[in-house]
Amino acid sequence: MSDTHAKTVSFVRTEMLPEKAPPITSIGPIAWARENLFSGPINTIITLLSLAFIYLILSILLPWMFSNTWSATSLRECREMTGTDHGSACWGVIRERWEQILFGFYPQEERWRPILALVLLIVAIAPILFTAVPRKVLWLSAIYPFLMPWLLWGGTIWLPVMVALGFVIAYLIVRFGEDLIGSLGSMVGAVAAAVIWWLFLASPIANAFASVLPLALETVGSREFGGLLLSITIGVVAIGLSLPIGIVLALGRQSDLLIVKTICVGFIEFIRGVPLITLLFVASTLLNIFLPPGTSFDIILRVIIMVTLFSAAYMAEVIRGGLAALPKGQYEGGDSLGLNYWQAQRLIIMPQALKISIPGIVSTFIGLFKDTTLVSIIGLLDPIGLATAIRADSDWIGVLWELYGFIALLFFVICFGMSRYSMYLERKLKTSH
Amino acid sequence: MKKSVFIGALTVAGLAAAAAPAATLDEVKARGTLNCGVSTGVPGFEAPNADGEWEGFDVDVCRAVAAAVLNDAKAVEFVPTTGKTRFTALASGEVDMLSRVTTWTFSRDVDLKFEFVGVNYYDGQGFMVPKELGVTSATELDGATVCIQTGTTTELNLADYFRVNNMSYEPVPIETQTEAQQQYLAGACDVYTTDSSALASVRSSFADTSAHVILPEIISKEPLGPLVRHGDNEWGDIVRWTLNALIAAEELGVTSANIGELSAAPTDNPEINRLLGTEGNLGEMMGLDAQWAVRAISAGGNFGESFERHIGENTPIGLARGLNAQWTAGGLMYSPPFR
Repeated sequence: MSDTHAKTVSFVRTEMLPEKAPPITSIGPIAWARENLFSGPINTIITLLSLAFIYLILSILLPWMFSNTWSATSLRECREMTGTDHGSACWGVIRERWEQILFGFYPQEERWRPILALVLLIVAIAPILFTAVPRKVLWLSAIYPFLMPWLLWGGTIWLPVMVALGFVIAYLIVRFGEDLIGSLGSMVGAVAAAVIWWLFLASPIANAFASVLPLALETVGSREFGGLLLSITIGVVAIGLSLPIGIVLALGRQSDLLIVKTICVGFIEFIRGVPLITLLFVASTLLNIFLPPGTSFDIILRVIIMVTLFSAAYMAEVIRGGLAALPKGQYEGGDSLGLNYWQAQRLIIMPQALKISIPGIVSTFIGLFKDTTLVSIIGLLDPIGLATAIRADSDWIGVLWELYGFIALLFFVICFGMSRYSMYLERKLKTSH
Repeated sequence: MKKSVFIGALTVAGLAAAAAPAATLDEVKARGTLNCGVSTGVPGFEAPNADGEWEGFDVDVCRAVAAAVLNDAKAVEFVPTTGKTRFTALASGEVDMLSRVTTWTFSRDVDLKFEFVGVNYYDGQGFMVPKELGVTSATELDGATVCIQTGTTTELNLADYFRVNNMSYEPVPIETQTEAQQQYLAGACDVYTTDSSALASVRSSFADTSAHVILPEIISKEPLGPLVRHGDNEWGDIVRWTLNALIAAEELGVTSANIGELSAAPTDNPEINRLLGTEGNLGEMMGLDAQWAVRAISAGGNFGESFERHIGENTPIGLARGLNAQWTAGGLMYSPPFR
């Protein structure tokens, strides 16, 4: 065949050409832009309009943001420094008050305690969040719930120790009482023993130990909590408690036991039918009227309980969604393996249901954390409440966007972090590849 | 489990609530701190400074009471309350007294069962307009758009005033003072109306304060003062006479500068002597010692000194004494005699 072509074709290449770099228009940023931004007339127009819009926003925002007013001590001084009324930000207020926005009225010399609590929090939740962390750190996770209140509120260490002992007692009764009095009996006995321990014995014993060996930190009252510290305290405790309570409520709602089911449904529907702000008002005003004068049932504790109950109800519904999404065969598989109810839940149902519910759980957490700013309405000075209080300083009347911008940044960092973590977790647990 | 403890605590608490409350004075002394309800921030009246210390004209009253009762002006736990939570906080005993720009009205005194112990600031609703409008009197405001906080007495006062004067207006409803400030500056309304002390502080925050005028008309009475619960008259007496001591001290010329000298030995003026405890036993009658008023006045100065320091003409807020001058200077501040 090649002979015939030898006459008609004057030249035949015998070896391959070396690879050439692709044309400049089809690689790198230019190609990306052509493909994603200017792929057609409509997309081009939209791109140009968006660019104009971004330019418009930035041309207002950037000159406002980059104003050299860090050292100002009042709004008047800011205006003298910049020479304009509203053209530039007054960052002096952040320099003067950032510690207050972070810590509230927490005593200056004790501020290492919330910082340490936060660092330990990160260490303690690391083994729960990331499997690569050594398992031994889980011991810290276990004692952290008792360590944190002691660090934040101070007082003697024996009280949290005694509270923790209540859990140990309950565990021991379940562990060793099962053979003696059966599973249900040991469960009831454990709860009863723990409650009796906490109500009647824990406090006197803690006092006795404290009188021998105080081991106390200086007490910091709840009224001194404020700013982001308050938001994080309420948020973290409520998040930590609402997940287990929510799981129990979700299981209760699916239960065949009529009373358990009715209680759970009633609780969930009641709480979900009431706005959070109503519950906060109950916490701040109504409880005060029921409680005897002079009892100081801590305001932060009241708020934490209400926020926890509120988010637990939502959490229960999110987890119920995960439970409902599991095929019936999973439940039957558990039964056919001879697992009892709790074993099946722990080993088969919950790992799958929780995995399905991750996005819902995390968005409930984020919503809960942002809802903590509602406490400013009942007079607790969270960052938003503090912004009002700071504006009442005659040096800073009229400062608005700087404070709100700073607070928004703090909240964004935390909420964005949570959201990113949930995406990481979804990718890691994805089994459908 | 948490829930059952919680409900159990409620039940126990409900039963115990029936028990008679102890005397507030004893409670405060046993606790070692005075729980004083303040607002979450009103310029000049109460606000935390950069170190977290509360300061202001109302705060000085709290400190004076703490100094009189506990011998320590710092022994005050300030409890921030909002307009919605303030009365329950006081009624439930969460705070011992409220000192937070609260208007003394009939229904609050009688129906809510509180006792206003006096007036530390006579306020009233006023109007602020941009100077360029050329308005010099509120009677020229016919047809104006007015920024007004909804759900407050100022809204009702405004409606009354315009009806009485046969004028019409267009309300621009707003929620907070901050919002009002923004709306007014943006030109959404011609007039901003609220208590004149708040108008002054809002105006002080403007870049060009001279471009805005506060009209001379005051259309309502807003006597602001500290209050305590009904039923504990001994405690009410202590707060009332501490406030009166501050007012009387100004009238008698007792200041934080000369009080050491005046209280060291009896002076020629018997009323000063009775006030400062160098003569008679007024303190003892209230269950305090003879030096109570000396400590109260030393805490933040007399009434006039406190006024000048926080809201007076040399501060950014710049309020004139006006109605709040001593009765001897044409104002309404008048302490009953210390006798």
